[in-house]
Amino acid sequence: MSDTFLLDGEEVPFAPGQSVLQAALAAGRYIPHLCYHPEFKPHGSCKVCTVRIGRRTAASCTLPAQAGLEVESDCDEMNDLRRTLVQMLFAEGNHFCPSCEKSGNCMLQALGADLGVLTAGFRHFFPNRPVDASHPDILLDFNRCILCELCVRASCEVDEKCVFALSGRGIDKHLVVNAASGRLADTDIALSDKAVEVCPVGVILKKRVGFATPIGERRYDRRPISAQALDDAPRTAQNASVRE
Amino acid sequence: MTSLETAPHPEKLRRVAIDPLSRVEGHGKVTLLLDENDHVQQVRLHIVEFRGFEKFIQGRPYWEVPVMVQRLCGICPVSHHLAASKALDQIVGAFRLTPTADKLRRLMHYGQILQSHALHFFHLSSPDLLFGFDSDVARRNIVGVAAAYPEVARQGVLLRKYGQEVIRHTAGKRIHGTGSVPGGVNKNLTLAERDELLKDIYPIIGWCRDAVHLARRLFEQNLEEYNAFGRFRAHTLSLIRADGAMDLYHGGLRARDMDGGTIFDHVDYNHYWEQISEEVKPWSYMKFPFLRALGPQHGWYRVGPLARVTHCDFIPTPLADRERMEFLAYDGGSVAGATLGYHWARMIEMLHAAEAIKELLHDADLQGTDLVVSGERQERGIGMIEAPRGTLIHHYRVDEHDQVIRANLIVSTTHNNQAMNEAVRQVARQYLDGRKLTEGLLNHIEVAVRAFDPCLSCATHALGRMPLRVELIDAGGDTIEVMMRGGAGEGVAPH
Repeated sequence: MSDTFLLDGEEVPFAPGQSVLQAALAAGRYIPHLCYHPEFKPHGSCKVCTVRIGRRTAASCTLPAQAGLEVESDCDEMNDLRRTLVQMLFAEGNHFCPSCEKSGNCMLQALGADLGVLTAGFRHFFPNRPVDASHPDILLDFNRCILCELCVRASCEVDEKCVFALSGRGIDKHLVVNAASGRLADTDIALSDKAVEVCPVGVILKKRVGFATPIGERRYDRRPISAQALDDAPRTAQNASVRE
Repeated sequence: MTSLETAPHPEKLRRVAIDPLSRVEGHGKVTLLLDENDHVQQVRLHIVEFRGFEKFIQGRPYWEVPVMVQRLCGICPVSHHLAASKALDQIVGAFRLTPTADKLRRLMHYGQILQSHALHFFHLSSPDLLFGFDSDVARRNIVGVAAAYPEVARQGVLLRKYGQEVIRHTAGKRIHGTGSVPGGVNKNLTLAERDELLKDIYPIIGWCRDAVHLARRLFEQNLEEYNAFGRFRAHTLSLIRADGAMDLYHGGLRARDMDGGTIFDHVDYNHYWEQISEEVKPWSYMKFPFLRALGPQHGWYRVGPLARVTHCDFIPTPLADRERMEFLAYDGGSVAGATLGYHWARMIEMLHAAEAIKELLHDADLQGTDLVVSGERQERGIGMIEAPRGTLIHHYRVDEHDQVIRANLIVSTTHNNQAMNEAVRQVARQYLDGRKLTEGLLNHIEVAVRAFDPCLSCATHALGRMPLRVELIDAGGDTIEVMMRGGAGEGVAPH
């Protein structure tokens, strides 16, 4: 018999090494999240999966599951916080969903819809971020980057190329590529790389295939992200890596 | 008779501004300069916003363009979606689409013609036509029509709804869909979708016929006034099918002079700039296109339903073609030059769209699965289509990195710029000259604009129904009187 913790008053079983988020998803319980990906080591940067444990809060993707924990997630306080985080991401970049080819397949958009985000809530920054179209098959649209580092992790850990990195500090932090010219064309990225497919928003795009999927058949058209995330989650503790 | 475009001594004249025009999409205004005896000395239709899309799609990947540029408009976004797609077909080397893709796009387009013409006639213009141009302003709107003529309003709403459903099944959404992509389409029409549309098409065709007859009846009841209202002679321009038939999706360019003589015919639109140029005037953000052969002074022209119905050789669906012939024969053909003839011609096109939809729905190619083609990559792409309001041109250059580096859009409203100016000047001469201005008289000006175009947004990019504010300013710049009304056309007391 496995140990359990309480999530919003209901028992959730967990295996050793699982995070609260992993255990919750494996048990069919959704906690909103953005930078977490079941195939990569979580690093708790976006904070959307923040939950309350007693008097403190923590990112559930990096919080090790422990027997007897009492976790609050689906409550007004946490959901308001998540909504604000998502709004800040929308305000910080140039997210023009109406003409974005990732619309319907975008985690940020789907999360915003699921959380009931109706406006950015903050004054838009309107940053000036030119696209990098130098590569013959891959487009980089920095306007939509949310700094989740999934491409950074995928390129280093899976592709073993380290094409992407974050540079700068604070509000100036931004995505860069590993080439002296700063152009994607001068890196060794390939269309088949994991880094190309892992972007949750519309930054790393395969060229010339945008809008090929009709409305109604896109990832989040039929199922909200809260249901889709449960389908994607591993049911075992196989990938647990919180304590690595 | 002066042209009324520019008064010789404007500094001595009173200025009246209809700003913004109401029951139109987008932001336009009309300014009138009057002398001390209320005689009209100058009339100008201004499009007061600047064009933004041509600039901010620069640098964007080309496949994004058909989805982005349709945001120009909420009334006929499909026009921009398809015109951009046709231009980008050339960019990806798709010079001949599959039958499935071609017919699905046509179906989408005819769905749009249907819904847009219904909106134009029933929702935006019928209040003027049914109640009178200077009738009680409180009911001169679609709600007033619904109260007084419930069946007319109902059919108008349902006709638009049907067109929107055609768009939804072909583009994915009723407004701002993604169905058309460079080189083809991203979906076919399922049998279930086809059957749903087929279910209602026959009553829709019947209602479209009724609408043609309603437009005709309104004309007949006020024949003298309608025939004279904003009447002027103009050249005409549209796309035309190789056999001379009306084709709103594709064809060559045909231009006829004001006597019906051919200026050019079946011209490949890929060289449109050899035939059409644009003049800039200092008082308007909107350019003034003209036919090069005739020059800027005399080369301006009319586009849209009146131009298309009068200079096509035939309409390739039987009911609409019969109505076209009656339209052309009516009262010695006088309707063909009347500004309010636009509405009658518009309803004939709506009937044609409904018939074309019926024919397409019976075509098994719509269930085909061969959706996209491509060929040798090109740097330049030009797409042209007959949008509900008239000829629409999209022209792009794309670099080797797939980014748009130049865009030029010439929309229907721009083609009609000089023609609309002529119409409002004519109406000003006929109705306003020497009279004390009232809301009802000023509405005559707007009736003329609405006959052409309820959606200046293509050329202006501002959305929403704006309130009307009329200011009467004396020669010294002091405001004598201000009249205001709300966005839905309801009256607000002068203050």
